[in-house]
Amino acid sequence: MAGKSFLIDTSRCTACRGCQIACKNWNQNGVEPTKNVGSHQNPPDLSGSTFKLVRFSEHMGKDNKPVWLFFADQCRHCLEPPCKDVIEGYADDGVVQDEATGAVVYLPGSSKAPFDEVRQSCPYNIPRQAADGRLVKCTMCIDRVSNGLIPACVKTCPTGAMNFGDRDAMLALGKERLAKVQKMYPKAQLLDAEQVRTIFLVTADPKLYHEFAVAGLAPGISRKLALRKLFRPARELAAKVKVG
Amino acid sequence: MTNHWIDIGNSDCILIMGSNAAENHPISFKWVTKAREEHGAKLISVDPRFTRTSSKADFYTALRSGTDIAFLGGMINYILSQKKYFQEYVLEYTNASLIVGDKYSFKDGLFSGFDPKAKKYDQSTWAFAMDDKGVPKRDLTLKNPRCVFNLLKQHYSRYQPELVSKITGTPVADLKKVYEMYATTGAKDKAGTIMYAMGWTQHTVGVQNIRAMSIAQLLLGNMGIAGGGVNALRGESNVQGSTDQALLFHILPGYLGTPNSKLGSLQIYNEKSTPKSADPLSANWWQNKPKYVVSFLKSMFMDAATKDNDFGYDWMPKLDPGKSYSWLDIFDAMYQGKFTGFFSWGQNPACSGANSTKTRAALAKLDWLVTVNLFDNETASFWKGGGVDPKQVKTEVFFLPCAAFMEKEGSLTNSGRWAQWRYKAQEPQGQSRPDGDIMVELFKEIRELYKSEGGPLPEPILNLYWDYGKDGKFDAHLVAKAINGYYTQDVTVKDKTYKKGELVASFAMLQADGSTSSGNWIYCNSYTEQGNNMARRDKSDASGIGLYPKWSWCWPVNRRILYNRASVDLKGQPWNPNRTVVKFTGEVKDGKYATSKWEGDVPDGGWFPMMNPDGSRRDDSKYPFIMQTHGFGALFGPGRNDGPFPEHYEPIECPVEKNLMSKQLTNPVAATYATDQDIYKTCDPRFPFVATTYRVTEHWQTGVLTRWLPWLLEAEPQLFVEMSQQLAKLKGIKNGEKVLVESPRGSVEAVAIVTLRFQPFKIGGNEIHEVGLPWHYGWIWPADGGDSANLLTPAAGDPNTRIPETKAFMVNVRKKGA
Repeated sequence: MAGKSFLIDTSRCTACRGCQIACKNWNQNGVEPTKNVGSHQNPPDLSGSTFKLVRFSEHMGKDNKPVWLFFADQCRHCLEPPCKDVIEGYADDGVVQDEATGAVVYLPGSSKAPFDEVRQSCPYNIPRQAADGRLVKCTMCIDRVSNGLIPACVKTCPTGAMNFGDRDAMLALGKERLAKVQKMYPKAQLLDAEQVRTIFLVTADPKLYHEFAVAGLAPGISRKLALRKLFRPARELAAKVKVG
Repeated sequence: MTNHWIDIGNSDCILIMGSNAAENHPISFKWVTKAREEHGAKLISVDPRFTRTSSKADFYTALRSGTDIAFLGGMINYILSQKKYFQEYVLEYTNASLIVGDKYSFKDGLFSGFDPKAKKYDQSTWAFAMDDKGVPKRDLTLKNPRCVFNLLKQHYSRYQPELVSKITGTPVADLKKVYEMYATTGAKDKAGTIMYAMGWTQHTVGVQNIRAMSIAQLLLGNMGIAGGGVNALRGESNVQGSTDQALLFHILPGYLGTPNSKLGSLQIYNEKSTPKSADPLSANWWQNKPKYVVSFLKSMFMDAATKDNDFGYDWMPKLDPGKSYSWLDIFDAMYQGKFTGFFSWGQNPACSGANSTKTRAALAKLDWLVTVNLFDNETASFWKGGGVDPKQVKTEVFFLPCAAFMEKEGSLTNSGRWAQWRYKAQEPQGQSRPDGDIMVELFKEIRELYKSEGGPLPEPILNLYWDYGKDGKFDAHLVAKAINGYYTQDVTVKDKTYKKGELVASFAMLQADGSTSSGNWIYCNSYTEQGNNMARRDKSDASGIGLYPKWSWCWPVNRRILYNRASVDLKGQPWNPNRTVVKFTGEVKDGKYATSKWEGDVPDGGWFPMMNPDGSRRDDSKYPFIMQTHGFGALFGPGRNDGPFPEHYEPIECPVEKNLMSKQLTNPVAATYATDQDIYKTCDPRFPFVATTYRVTEHWQTGVLTRWLPWLLEAEPQLFVEMSQQLAKLKGIKNGEKVLVESPRGSVEAVAIVTLRFQPFKIGGNEIHEVGLPWHYGWIWPADGGDSANLLTPAAGDPNTRIPETKAFMVNVRKKGA
């Protein structure tokens, strides 16, 4: 299964937050009573009603000029999603991985799985819990994609930062963009491209963007286990993909 | 915009200054990104604060708010002294070679003709020297010390980088870097563009900020070309349309000057306001003005407008000579109780106007106030705002709910001058009605009252042509057709007869004899017998530079790039063949052009090129800057109220005691006001920090529409004030805590965002801090959202436009309770 993938090219992102709002609009998600806490990043984190969040982080760069990084965070739709294994341990009707796209989609039965354990299993700290107990996150707009549309966040992006398509095409685009972007930003890289379907192209050290920008940056035993599972040898992975 | 949004993608160097396009015009970055990725265009961001725009720039540097002319004057000096200008373009297409008359001088920061009592310049002292035929004298060798080019050099030789740096706070190396990067576009095949917005206009030197950049663009040969131009990113989706249709006091639709009471007849008005040129090579397009004025009057009064009654000229309102009726003046008069009723239609002055403290007090002086809006707002409810006792307010307030933009049909004109037709998506909700319907009913009632009860000056009301609706419903098509214009009688031109009631095809057909009407001559051609051109949605583009001529319609006559005949050489061939805007392809016979044909965009006049292929000059051509009386791009601009060359003056409120450029601290002809609410403070230790206002992506204007949209409010929930870490330390302020921001006029509570993106400026050896706030909030909603930043801003205006200086003023910031 090649399926679909996102390429999020942060070199093009202006943090207009069109994606964040489009996500709320398509999913008809509610709002949180936010306050400004000294940052433009708001809501402060992903939540039961926020599946897509533009994270802002600023640093002092060379020549005393600031660097402002934007990270349009969302579920990575791992090829081998650890959260799926955890949920399946508690419920048969809690999660599916869509055959055609590879989208990892939580179902109402996910409320039977312990939230903390599912969240801990995710190397990117994505899953959240809705008020009614369901576990929620980005669905890859599976309802749009299965009807021939592109995800709402991609549709609204004015600069081409958000891209979506067949996985092969996105991987190829990622490589092509990386080669170009590296000319201006030598530290540019694709994040975990072989393991996930939401591939970020970053222009600087991923840790500067967000604690969970790449897998394996956070401590925690269960997460370590999850990582071991996530990064099983490529041979095994390839075999699995074929079967799937 | 002289150019348009898509055209930004053609640029080689994009300067974003006085604008934060990534946040406030997010879609523009589609084209900025394209230019950078497809042909390596460089992006320069110059802003007091490092913004989301800056985050994408190849080069960023900061300047202190209100010092743009110093910055740009340094650029002009660099272009001239380093000989980076486009010699042939400057010589042939700009007024560089014109000789300025003997009366012109500049000394100690003042231009000649200054009357200190009237705070006014006598502009006649800036006139060009004329020959005995009345044609401006030129020196094509550019040696005459009184030619514009040498006066320009002399004026800007004072703008040395070291001095500029002391004013702007920009490091000298950064200034030089920006100048070098941008000046590369002086090459024939390179294009540089400027994207600016309210960061340049909202100053007491607003017009001259734009003039300074226009001079740089003319010197570099960037006007009229693809990827060039002077591009104003308008602050609302239809603010270009509202300007074109003259939602301003000083013009009638299509930029025709409003008559004043001294101009007692149409003939006198035409004589005094129609520019004249004796130069056969100058098109002087404004010589056609009487045709547009009469056609406009016909559209106002139709059959009642006749030659015998001056086409109803007497019925048009007249200004008192020399008096301004701008926003600032209206609210000044309202505050002084000089009028008693006010329609606040689709606006929220209690938050949007400079010095909103004064505005709010002014509203209480009214007898009645009608607000037309979607949601409750701080203007409609001013009588119950903070510190106001409703029992003490005499103003009777009416609220008329109106339809939202997607609930009505009509046109929007974007920054690139495209008038785009929009369909109605759904019916208005509840009791709300389209603005047009409200206006149709209102006018019907007013006319009935005049008929039944009479009243002062009834003629304009009774004679007004008002066939804009059916059964009380407004019809946007009828208005659009009236704006385009009709034949008002059968007319035969050459062999063709146009019937009364037919739509006029183009403004070239408009007449001064009353045989045509046109509500706005520049929109003539927008809605013709062939259909509504604004509704076109054809995506074909043979131009290769993204003109998309069949998508919507663009004024004038669908010309997508203004002054496009400056994009070609004297023989009509593009300076840059890879980005052809227009190109002359007429037949050649014996080295001379024999037939006339232009390809590409609609040319700025279809005359033959200036020169034949054999190098001989043609006497049937016209200079490319056809809207200028003499046909040249204006390096020297004698038409402005505050001088022919932009000169650095400090803002009305500034952190320095001296202007390092001259003895004149502030713009000598800036508009200031004198009520007890108009307090201006410079170098007052109580208000030591420079402040500026701006917008965020998530909110629209005063937030009347967006503060009620939960998803947007969630993303930007509260008024904030951004400041440097150094200032926060100085004032003991922590990131995220509530602080007070105070100006001499008012105060607001805001959340402190302590950021690396503001850095203190080194100004004349001192460390100067700057802070910035958005103006989207108001006390009505949300409960803890804060109030308008315009409670802080001064009512001081540009002498040409009266736009307020809300981008540079002085404040204090302190911890609550400190």
